[in-house]
Amino acid sequence: MSSADTTPATSAEIEDHGSDHEHPSDAKYMQIAAVLAVLTALEVATYFVDMPTAALVPALMVMMVIKFFLVAAWFMHLRFDSRMFTRFFVTGLVLASTVYLITLTVFEFWTKG
Amino acid sequence: MTEPVALAHDQHTGTGLSNNKLLMWVFLGSECLLFGGLISTYLIYRSRFAAGPAPGDIFDIPFTSVSSFVLLMSSLTMVLALSALQRGDIRNNRLWLLTTALLGSLFIGGQVYEFTTFLREGLGYTTSPFSSAFFTLTGFHGVHVSIGIVMLMSLYVSSIRGNLRREQAETVEIIGLYWHFVDVVWILIFTVIYLVPSPTS
Repeated sequence: MSSADTTPATSAEIEDHGSDHEHPSDAKYMQIAAVLAVLTALEVATYFVDMPTAALVPALMVMMVIKFFLVAAWFMHLRFDSRMFTRFFVTGLVLASTVYLITLTVFEFWTKG
Repeated sequence: MTEPVALAHDQHTGTGLSNNKLLMWVFLGSECLLFGGLISTYLIYRSRFAAGPAPGDIFDIPFTSVSSFVLLMSSLTMVLALSALQRGDIRNNRLWLLTTALLGSLFIGGQVYEFTTFLREGLGYTTSPFSSAFFTLTGFHGVHVSIGIVMLMSLYVSSIRGNLRREQAETVEIIGLYWHFVDVVWILIFTVIYLVPSPTS
């Protein structure tokens, strides 16, 4: 056995690499699902009320982002797992967002819709 | 000599992380690019509906809201299936796996109904750039959900055969990651494609 095998991991390494984590309880998962259901209901409610587009679109985007991060953080366990998993996922997400925001700008989506 | 099965579940990797789980996260990162491209294409073409139906005229928001809610709740049942297996509760693991697959099937059934209705109302795949972009985006998502259902059912069959035990919880977690990703993509599609006001004819 090499000396590297017996060197104790630092707390940073444990935090960064540790995958033996405690997952939330079933009750916590149900709470998260309830929040997601309420947010979805609020999103759908915007369809039935008359709101100016300038207020409607940002409100929908905020609720969408909250739902996205709730699922990723709690159901996909990014909140509890190694940060390396988050890095891989966020890299794809940021790359896709950047590339396609540029694409939409080139196609004048923001001005011509 | 090390047993092959033991090796598969007791990996020692350079990162200290499961290679299988890492691979799934890399795959999901790459999937962001696929769906980002499809969503952007839809946004660019949504106003180009030619003589065919416009998105604002044809979308049935109450119906799609129900199927979106069904898919969202399938993420809860998926995570409950994993939680049950991690506790060694095989019976509830099977119940939640089957429930997740059923909710996914319900979502797909809703999508088939929606597509059929659109076809009857004159919106075919080649009717307009809008229709091509819409069917490609939602169709690709539907294929992803269908693949997820197949994976869930194979887990269920494995469990019935006695091959899915607490030691295989990571397999369920990895398939769960895929399932939650499909749900997360629908969260984006539902808001950006259906709820944000669309052009009308």
